[in-house]
Amino acid sequence: MAAQRDWMNNLFLDTGSTSFTEFVGTHAPGLLPRRFETLAAPVGDQIPHATTIIAAVFADGVVMAADRRATAGNYISQKDMEKVFRTDEYSCMGIAGSASTGIELARLYCVELEHYEKREGRTLSVQGKANRLSTMIRGNLPLAMQGMVVVPLFVAYDTDRGGGRIFSYDVGGGPYEQTNFASIGSGSLFARGSMKKLYREGASAEETVLACVNALYDAADDDSATGGPDVSRRIWPSVAVITDEGFRRLPEEEVEGHVRRVLDVRMADPDGPTAPLR
Amino acid sequence: MSMPFGYVSPEQEMRDKADFARKGIARGRSVVVLQYENGILFVAPNASRALHKISEIYDRIGFAAVGKYNEFEALRLGGIRYADVNGYTYDRSDVTARGLANLYAQSLGMVFTESRKPYEVELVVTEVGDAPEDDQIYRLTFDGSVTDEHGYVVMGGVAETVSGRLKDRYRPGMTLAEALDAALAALTEPGGERTPVSQLEVAVLDRTREHRKFQRLVGPRLERLLAASSGPEPTPPAGEGAEGAQPDTGPTPGGGGPLQASADDGAATAPDGDIDTGSGG
Repeated sequence: MAAQRDWMNNLFLDTGSTSFTEFVGTHAPGLLPRRFETLAAPVGDQIPHATTIIAAVFADGVVMAADRRATAGNYISQKDMEKVFRTDEYSCMGIAGSASTGIELARLYCVELEHYEKREGRTLSVQGKANRLSTMIRGNLPLAMQGMVVVPLFVAYDTDRGGGRIFSYDVGGGPYEQTNFASIGSGSLFARGSMKKLYREGASAEETVLACVNALYDAADDDSATGGPDVSRRIWPSVAVITDEGFRRLPEEEVEGHVRRVLDVRMADPDGPTAPLR
Repeated sequence: MSMPFGYVSPEQEMRDKADFARKGIARGRSVVVLQYENGILFVAPNASRALHKISEIYDRIGFAAVGKYNEFEALRLGGIRYADVNGYTYDRSDVTARGLANLYAQSLGMVFTESRKPYEVELVVTEVGDAPEDDQIYRLTFDGSVTDEHGYVVMGGVAETVSGRLKDRYRPGMTLAEALDAALAALTEPGGERTPVSQLEVAVLDRTREHRKFQRLVGPRLERLLAASSGPEPTPPAGEGAEGAQPDTGPTPGGGGPLQASADDGAATAPDGDIDTGSGG
């Protein structure tokens, strides 16, 4: 309650900067996700981790897809985790790494963007959003060194340029803008290999979603921490599409349709579609 | 017993402060806030494109103010901070207009009694609910008093006169176009010209929207609404209900009809009350 009194008193007097994080940092620092006191031992293996996220640009925007598995060491801690977060009307982020830190980061980042927008009456530029996320990840570096690594993938539709954009990060920050497609998480190597062969520049949203679902299948095939489609429990990957009309999460039925198409092909050919040799 | 030189009784001091604040608030143009079928509509004649009188505070909460810009802007920013900090600490659904109105009341009341100059502002804080009965409208005056309003609120400028005109036109469950027409008619003196679209600040808290309910109505969409609302007097044009329900995420290009300035909208007689100069007790 004491912390609350402090920021309440200064609410109207100190107009400060437009950053919500900075404001909370001064007025209620306990709320920020960086309460790092040195941990006795790395805890990386004991807390749940989120895994593979894929993003790909298509003709009118950008797609983000993620598997639903969270693991703690060799134990599957959750089968239907949500790793894709809408951050504002034209952007979203996926988190890989320590799930708890990642979810908190996504929640804070979402308020950060909205806070700026409401105060200033305009949205941040896409580059501005990407840079802001980078400093927030850097703030988590001491925790990352203790095993609580969180690495997001950020995608946005750039209304000024008219196209989707992808930014990736490492534990020290970033951002690194990616062309065409990118993936993060433990299954990302397999997903990237798959995307290399399946991605087509200028494809439609549907084709790109299908490529991402295929790549997620390949990642789950070879990485134990990435979950494949769970047909018996009807748990499908989370897929989001951002175009000039804004963020849209594909409904379960629609994703199920894509997954079933992939599964049909894989029933006949377990390794999935092949790319032509020449 | 002799009074010390320069003594001012607390009663006199409060009265002077209140008069001062009322004068400041009555100097500007009125702002109208009213309920319509899908939420709450804000209408403010405002020549400035940059300095807003209407703002989003949170998912379901809107803000409108009249008076001195720097003062209500500070209150607006404080309100956004209050909402964002609470929503981040607990959950987005835990941010309420009632909590915000209490905070504003505390702040305004403190400034009124403790500082030499009271805030020359009047605020409305609204929250849109899942149904019209759940909508909340709080009006806050310069001394920190809060009133819970139903239906519509007019503040600033010649508030009583405008409120009288709106009373004759307001009815629950109006479509967006009808509500906008009622607000503009109330803001216009009988026989006067309506405020041109370029000088209107209009926004809604639309309960049918996803995520954040607040939306500014600008450009072609506002022009189309105005064209629909200032049509022939007796019957509102058909199809405007669909207009109101349309989950429009931004200004839609094209289709901007001409803005009809209705010279005489046959306003019911406005009450002949005194113009609020602030001098009346």
